[in-house]
Amino acid sequence: MGKTIVEKILSAHSGQDASAGDIVLAEVDQIMGQDGTSPLAIKAFREMEVERVYDPTKIAMVIDHSAPSPNEGVSALHNLMREFKKEQGITLYDIGEGVCHQLMPERGHVGTGDLVVGADSHTCTYGALNAFSTGVGSTDLAAAMATGKLWFKVPPTIRFELKGILPAGAFAKDLILFLIGQVTADGATYKAAEYAGEAISALSIDARMTIANMAIEMGAKAGLMEPDEKLREWLVAHGYTKWNPVYPDPDAVYEKVLEYDVSELEPQVAKPHTVDNVSPISEVAGTPIQQAVIGTCTNGRLEDLRIAASILKGRKVHPEVRLIVAPASRRVFLEAMADGTISALVEAGAAVVTPGCGPCVGTHNGVPSDGENVISTANRNFKGRMGNSNAYIYLASPATVAASALAGEITDPRPYITR
Amino acid sequence: MILRGRAHRFGDDVNTDYIISGKYKFKTLDMKELAMHVMEDLDPDFYNKVRPGDFIVAGRNFGCGSSREQAPLAIKYADIAAVLASSFARIFYRNAINTGLPVVEVDTSRIEDGDELEVDLSKGKVVNITRDEEITAKPLPSVMIKILNDGGLANHIKKNKGFALED
Repeated sequence: MGKTIVEKILSAHSGQDASAGDIVLAEVDQIMGQDGTSPLAIKAFREMEVERVYDPTKIAMVIDHSAPSPNEGVSALHNLMREFKKEQGITLYDIGEGVCHQLMPERGHVGTGDLVVGADSHTCTYGALNAFSTGVGSTDLAAAMATGKLWFKVPPTIRFELKGILPAGAFAKDLILFLIGQVTADGATYKAAEYAGEAISALSIDARMTIANMAIEMGAKAGLMEPDEKLREWLVAHGYTKWNPVYPDPDAVYEKVLEYDVSELEPQVAKPHTVDNVSPISEVAGTPIQQAVIGTCTNGRLEDLRIAASILKGRKVHPEVRLIVAPASRRVFLEAMADGTISALVEAGAAVVTPGCGPCVGTHNGVPSDGENVISTANRNFKGRMGNSNAYIYLASPATVAASALAGEITDPRPYITR
Repeated sequence: MILRGRAHRFGDDVNTDYIISGKYKFKTLDMKELAMHVMEDLDPDFYNKVRPGDFIVAGRNFGCGSSREQAPLAIKYADIAAVLASSFARIFYRNAINTGLPVVEVDTSRIEDGDELEVDLSKGKVVNITRDEEITAKPLPSVMIKILNDGGLANHIKKNKGFALED
C-alpha cells in the first residue's frame, strides 16, 4: 500500500512500517523552542532529572516573542534560557536575530525528510521544505531534549490539489486563507495536509512557507509539500547540505483529495475573531483601519517586504493609520536595507521594529486601543490576540495590508499591482 | 477516580489566547498567578466563580491555537478538575495529558451551564446528575493512559529514564 509523505518520514524515523493511525516512537532531527515556551520546557527538563540534553547540536532556542524584553518578568525568563544555553551548549538566537520559523530554515537547521518538533504551534512552517515538523508543548519539548525521541500518532493526510497559477494581486496568503475558509478551523484536526499542484510549484520557497505556516489554522498537525529543484537550490543557498527528498507514492492513501482551481482567486481577508471567517476582499473593502502590521512568521520575509514596498514606494501612509513593519530576521532586515526596501517603507511612514514576532502576540510593539481595527499579515486574529480584547484584527496579504495602510480602510491591492 | 462538580459552559473553538492571554503568559512561571486570568476574555469573572473541582465544558475544537502549555496549567491551577469537550485541538490535548489535567472527549451538547456532573475517568463515563443522563466518553489512547498514570510526562521520563510506552 502506498504511503503519504508523513507516513514515509515517520516510518524512516521510527524504524517501523508506519501507516495512519499507528503510534510510533520516532527519532527527532531538530528541536526548537521560543521564549514563550522554552522556560517551561527547561523547568520540565529539570523535573525529569536528566543532567544533559540528548544532543545539543539538535536543539535551538529563539528569543523572538517578547524581544527585546518589555518588563522584568520576561527578562528573568530570557535569562533562564541564556543560562541553559551556557550549561548545555545548545544554540540560542537572542533578541534581534528574528522569528524562530524564519531562523530554522534560514540558518540551515531543517531540510527534506527531516522530523522537527518545536514548542510553537506554527512549527508546521517547515513542511514547505519537505520536512515533517509539528508544534508541541513545553513538556513534550523537554522529553525530546532529554531522549532525542517523541511519540506520534501517524496522521491521515488530506491532499490539496491546487490547479492554475495565482492571478496578479493574489498571493500565497490569499490562497491559504481561502483554503482555511473552505475547510474551517478544525477541518484538518489530527491530520496532515499535503499541498500540491502547479499553483504550489510556481511559488517561491518564501511563499510556500506562508502556506505551510498556516496549516495549524485548519487544525492540521503538519502541512507538507513535495520537494523540487527550486527547493534544492534554496536549501543549498541556506547552508543545508543533505538532500533526502520524500515524495508521496502514486498510490498513497489519502483521507480525501480536495481540488481547487486558483487561477481566478480574489485577494482574501480573515475577519474577526476567527481565522476561518474568510471573505473575498470585495465584501470587506471600505472597513476603516487604524493600524496595519507587516511581518511575522507568516509574512515577514524579503519577498513580503518587497511586495509591500512596491505599493508604498513614493506614497504616504494614511495620516490616521500606524504602519508597523517587523522583518522576519536580521538577514531579511539587512537584505531589505541593501536593496532600498526598508527606505521605501520608512519614507512612506512605517515604524520598523526589531526582527522577531513584532506585535502579533500582544506582548509589545503595538497593542491596539479599544474599538480599533487592525489589518495584519499575521496568522491569528483571535479576540485579545494583540493584547486588547476590545480590538478587531483582520488578516490579509502584505499587498492588501500595504494598500489598506495607504487608504485608511481595507483596500483591494490589485490596482497597484502590475505584472 | 470519580470527580464531581458543576459545569461551566463555553462554546466551540475556545482558543489558547482565550484560556490564557499572551499578555500574561510570557511574564512568569507562577501558574497560580496565571490562573487568576484564566478564560478572562470570555468571562471576566470566571476565576472567582469557580469552586474547586468544577468542570469546564465546551463544544468543538477546545484549545485550538498556540502550543502554550500555560493553557492547561492555568486551568489546572484554577482548581478545575477536568475539561469536557466534544473535540479537542491536538496540541492542547497532548499538553493536558502531559501536565496531568484530565481531558474528556464526550458529546457535551446536552450539558448546560451549572449542571452537576459526575465524571468517572477510568471508565470514561459522565453522569449529568441535574438531568439524570449518562454519556459515554471516547477512551484515551493507551500511550496517554500510561503517561497520566505516571502523573504526567515529566514524571514518566524521570521514572522510566526515558519513554516506556510499549504494552
